[in-house]
Amino acid sequence: MTTLAPRVPSRFLPVLATVALFVLAFGVGSARYDGFASGQVIANLFIDNAFLIVLAAGMTFVILSGGIDLSVGSVVALSTMVTASGLQAGWPVPLVVVAVLLIGSTLGLLMGLVIHKFDIQPFIVTLAGMFLARGLCFVISVESVSIKDRTFRDVATAAIELPGGVTITYNVVIALLVVAAAMYVLHRTRFGRTVYAVGGSESSALLMGLPTTRVKVGVYVISGLCSSLAGLLFSLYMLSGYGLHAVGMELDAIAAVVIGGTLLAGGVGYVLGGLAGVLVLGTIQTLISFQGTLSSWWTKIVIGVLLLVFIAVQRTMVRR
Amino acid sequence: MTPPLNEPPPPVVEMRGISLAFPGVKALQDVDFRLFPGEVHALMGENGAGKSTLIKTLTGVHRPDGGQVVLGGDEVAFSSPGEAQHAGISTVYQEVNLCANLTVAENILLGREPRRFGGIDFPAMRKRAGEVLARIGVHIDPGSSLGEHPIAVQQLVAIARAIAVDCRVLVLDEPTSSLDAGEVAELFRIMRVLRDEGVAILFVSHFLDQVYEISDRMTVLRNGSLVGEHLTADVDRRTLIAQMIGRDLGALEAIEDAAEKRHPDGPVLLHASELGRRGAIDPFDLEIRAGEVVGLAGLLGSGRTELARLLFGADRADSGRLVVDGKPLRLRGPRSAIAAGIAFSSEDRKGEGLVADLSIRDNLVLAMQAARGWTRPLPRRTKDQLVEKYLKALDIRPANPDALVRTLSGGNQQKVLLARWLVTEPRLLILDEPTRGIDIGAKAQIQQLVTTLAAEGTAVLFISAELEEVVRISDRIVVLRDRRKIAELDGSVTGVDEVVELIAGGAAPEKVVS
Ligand SMILES: Nc1ncnc2c1ncn2[C@@H]1O[C@H](COP(=O)(O)OP(=O)(O)OP(=O)(O)O)[C@@H](O)[C@H]1O
Ligand SMILES: [Mg+2]
Repeated sequence: MTTLAPRVPSRFLPVLATVALFVLAFGVGSARYDGFASGQVIANLFIDNAFLIVLAAGMTFVILSGGIDLSVGSVVALSTMVTASGLQAGWPVPLVVVAVLLIGSTLGLLMGLVIHKFDIQPFIVTLAGMFLARGLCFVISVESVSIKDRTFRDVATAAIELPGGVTITYNVVIALLVVAAAMYVLHRTRFGRTVYAVGGSESSALLMGLPTTRVKVGVYVISGLCSSLAGLLFSLYMLSGYGLHAVGMELDAIAAVVIGGTLLAGGVGYVLGGLAGVLVLGTIQTLISFQGTLSSWWTKIVIGVLLLVFIAVQRTMVRR
Repeated sequence: MTPPLNEPPPPVVEMRGISLAFPGVKALQDVDFRLFPGEVHALMGENGAGKSTLIKTLTGVHRPDGGQVVLGGDEVAFSSPGEAQHAGISTVYQEVNLCANLTVAENILLGREPRRFGGIDFPAMRKRAGEVLARIGVHIDPGSSLGEHPIAVQQLVAIARAIAVDCRVLVLDEPTSSLDAGEVAELFRIMRVLRDEGVAILFVSHFLDQVYEISDRMTVLRNGSLVGEHLTADVDRRTLIAQMIGRDLGALEAIEDAAEKRHPDGPVLLHASELGRRGAIDPFDLEIRAGEVVGLAGLLGSGRTELARLLFGADRADSGRLVVDGKPLRLRGPRSAIAAGIAFSSEDRKGEGLVADLSIRDNLVLAMQAARGWTRPLPRRTKDQLVEKYLKALDIRPANPDALVRTLSGGNQQKVLLARWLVTEPRLLILDEPTRGIDIGAKAQIQQLVTTLAAEGTAVLFISAELEEVVRISDRIVVLRDRRKIAELDGSVTGVDEVVELIAGGAAPEKVVS
């Protein structure tokens, strides 16, 4: 009840902390390795993690509403599989895109409905969704299917030149558009504010007469849509579809969102936090690859430590 | 425009033969209820009588097992509170049911926010929220987040939400339980304006004075059944109370008289000197003896709760010293306070204190065990005896230790919260609004219990917005104003008027809580 404490910083503190962490990690890299502090290294962070940025944006909706979505990694894999085999079968690219997005959001809708109608924990339902989507991949094919479609390859390899000789891919543009859209929806629309309300207190939101059902189901649709879009981006990135793509990626997405300061309990957080979280994870990876001798498992260890630290910080903030 | 009583207009709400059962409890049995346009209708009954449940069947939270609800001549069956809202029923539910993580403005207007270009127009929203708040005399920043305001302000925000739209029915379930006299007057002013515009108002309160002041008609419930409907002018208090509790008033009065004044002279238990926290409360001196009841009187925002939080270590003091049992004590948090035998029953029972999804027994056992330390388990029999003892002492209903706290009526949850701290057998018990939302019978019992505890040597710091209660129960009264301790009075010779005068201090009552 300390009403005199400055208000704005405390709300943004976790996001700012993450941004500071990113700057710090990047600063360390720049100081130690030549060529680290280049525009292209930053651009590569976005190129290599575009799909994760999109996943994190969708995951932010779910976590803000007080839920969790474990299915996103599998949905990414399923999307790559549908894309690759659809293209192989000669479907036109627009049809493939629509089909993939439709499958992703339908899966999300189904999970959302089950969670809501039967009042089952999201953890369980999306865990089931995770197995289901992963299984469906192997129904389509157990082998990796490579993508040879001309249009698709052209989009994947197209480079967009930015001032300063830095290049990015279309993936990055799409990911940033998704982040902007997510921010708009979360902060400027009734749906978005209701997501926060439900995460803050579902029973209160219901008694306030807010459309809690629509929101509780809707966040899973959004997450499903984002996962399938991320799947498309991942197909562009890998140029193949495979049932073992993106194993454990749901955990990366959750980690990014949590490191970005979004409370797992719901109601508090920002899409930008998730973006910052992805960049932190990406920078650590880049650092380790620049280091050269460390095994990539160090990434996991650092992520683990970071997660613990952030969750500890969150606990103390909530307790206060 | 009070309705001409000889020929009333048709009721806007008519509930006929409503029944509703929860597992193990018949919450409502064949209840009829009418609400007329342009009247304030009080719904009366003890804790657990079914008032909130009746309201929730009206607004679509619960579906009745039997009976019908007619709104403006049409039978309705709302399936969610949102639908009831669209049909013109604005409701303030018991307890603050808002989202602490959103801003005040969002809490007032979410769901009917002003828009621009398809998105929410935040500046317009804050402006509109500010206007609604000003209507009920609250001046806070609509852009601040709700959670940083005290419960009373949150309750006012909930009221603002209800009156922010035009409605034909306004339902207020215990809106005044944590308000001061000033805010209550302001609320009543607004209620009268709305009533005169033809709005039908349903009002619940355990304060009989308020009910008699504002209501035109009342419906009395007991144990889920309808006892009667009367014009307020036709029933006196005695009859009303007898109808509510189903027996005569005599027993109650006996309890009230028992609280006679004593002069405790136990050893000094706690001594605070120059204790303070910037922005919360100015440095104050305070001495509490074992077996003494010290009352804290002051308006909302005068620093009542803040003072208590300092003594409990919930907030850190930034000046002064605290001596307990003659030894200096540095409070690093509630835990060190609990270890020193200090208990704090908070005004925010929803946010702090109770675990709603656990049973009454588990809540009490948790508290007992936490106070003893986890390494020294209590024998099961002792636990059961203690739980049993407090269920009875506080008359918690249903008296079933396995009932989930979530399913209890508001007043009964308050009693469990109190029991939760009593079982820890503290040496200093800080009670912040312990009788909030508690019916008159139980209130007398709780006051009695406090007196008994004091007689057994427990020191009590008693905070209440209700001055009569503070004056009646306290051996000593500390008066706060504008976050400063301004006086200390002998409780045995002080009257309510004297305290009121001190609190007001000639200046206009301070309602702004920043
Ligand atoms: N969700 C629920 N599940 C089970 N029992 C419930 C539930 N809600 C209410 N009850 C029971 O219904 C009865 C009526 O409760 P209600 O909340 O309507 O009382 P009330 O008259 O509003 O009391 P108070 O003055 O304390 O607020 C109580 O016995 C309560 O325990
Ligand atoms: Mg009630």
